[in-house]
Amino acid sequence: MEKSSSLKLFGSWASSYTHRVQLALKLKNIKFEYIEEDLSNKSEALLQFNPIYKKVPVLVHDDRPLAESVIILQYVDEVWNERPILPADPYERAVMRFWCHFADDKLGPAVGVVFASSGEVQNAAVDQVHENLALIERELREGYFKGRKFFGGDSIGLLDIVLGCGSYWLAVFEEVMTGVKLVDPEAFPLFHAWLREFEALDEVKETIPAVDKLLEYAKAVRAMLLGHCMGNTGVTDAATPATTAAPATATASVPDITVDSS
Amino acid sequence: MMVGDCAKIMYEVKEVKLYGTWGSTYTAVVQNALKLKEVKYKYVQEDLENKSEELLRINPVHKQVPVLVVDGRPIAESLVILEYVDEMWKSPPIMPEDPYERAMVRFWADFIYKKVAPCSYTILFTVGEALEKAIEEFTRNLATLEEGIGKDFANAGKPFIHGAKPGLLDIIMGSSSGGIRLLADLTGKELIDKDKVPLVYSSVHSFESLPIAKETQVPYEQLLSRVLAKREKAFATEQP
Repeated sequence: MEKSSSLKLFGSWASSYTHRVQLALKLKNIKFEYIEEDLSNKSEALLQFNPIYKKVPVLVHDDRPLAESVIILQYVDEVWNERPILPADPYERAVMRFWCHFADDKLGPAVGVVFASSGEVQNAAVDQVHENLALIERELREGYFKGRKFFGGDSIGLLDIVLGCGSYWLAVFEEVMTGVKLVDPEAFPLFHAWLREFEALDEVKETIPAVDKLLEYAKAVRAMLLGHCMGNTGVTDAATPATTAAPATATASVPDITVDSS
Repeated sequence: MMVGDCAKIMYEVKEVKLYGTWGSTYTAVVQNALKLKEVKYKYVQEDLENKSEELLRINPVHKQVPVLVVDGRPIAESLVILEYVDEMWKSPPIMPEDPYERAMVRFWADFIYKKVAPCSYTILFTVGEALEKAIEEFTRNLATLEEGIGKDFANAGKPFIHGAKPGLLDIIMGSSSGGIRLLADLTGKELIDKDKVPLVYSSVHSFESLPIAKETQVPYEQLLSRVLAKREKAFATEQP
């Protein structure tokens, strides 16, 4: 079927939001042209296709652009029915959508703050991340996702893609910020187990960049974020109110790796 | 308890309950969607200053309304609820059939929730420079919304977003009519201007004129006095 007559994906190699779309297209075996964007020097094409948010990923299908990764994923699933990533049952779909919102509205931003801050602000953000992970852990342990290998069941679905592409950063951040523990396997055994299963999948390994590349990138970003705001490391928010503004200033000048890349 | 024949609903349900709160736009959004589809439901009023055990049980993540509970199974977040309602009770549809148009509906719904709604809330509860900034931002985002609707929906303005019948975006915008009136009264400006944002205006005005919308609307005077009381409280705590 000529559904992929013209399919382009504008993305960024380190963007977890781009990875989501790449993974979905790979699962469905859909051919597309990939265009790497330099987020510090965005192309005319990107700005034309996503004038509202000016972010990646953007999918352009037969010259019609789509922005926002979760919206793109649902579109892809509706156009290419092979290997579905959304379930058929309306209630199950609602549960998946709810937790996708949670991942992007709560968990993602909290992780972003952890990465862009230090001291008291970071401690508070780490607590927030733990609170959010605890909610997911509870659903895996005794709630809606009890007994499932993946959120989607026996194979990965929308929520696995959304949570998974992004969660691999948690281990990377832990490496970069010594002393910060985000996914303690003892505190979050089921989430930890799910993440390991997700990362072991061939399609995921083929989509997510190698850990050492991510580490190198994360270290550079972290250094820039801290240097940018405080001039040295280890300064707490009491001395530097700018710390709380860190995520905002960071996204202005540096590719933000934990929210839709700007 | 269910209205309609088997063809209208995905599969039989026995009980639909909506937990909401008085004067909340997001609650009104769900009420209007349910009414549009002639779904019989029981409404449970929540006092957000004194949340029930039940609410905390059915929405432990956000502890918010609205929550739809269908045969004991809860769904939270109005946009998620709306898509669920549309998938369960297919007639009349509130989402288009074409996948690209559906994506556009989702995009603009998300834009309204992320960019337009928060500004309007700020406008209600700030003064001075912060208020001026909020009005500016609201106006700018509204203009973006208007332009986007014009570009992405060929039948917008006739009189709803998709033409003759109301859809998801009309429900969201139309259910905000009380809030929109508040903005006008409190700022002295007609922020949803018929000439500046004709497509948005047409959607809101046409939707709020529907009998179901009128049924859902809370008495404006009461809404206004509640908001004024909240404002007084908010400004009082800001005094140096």
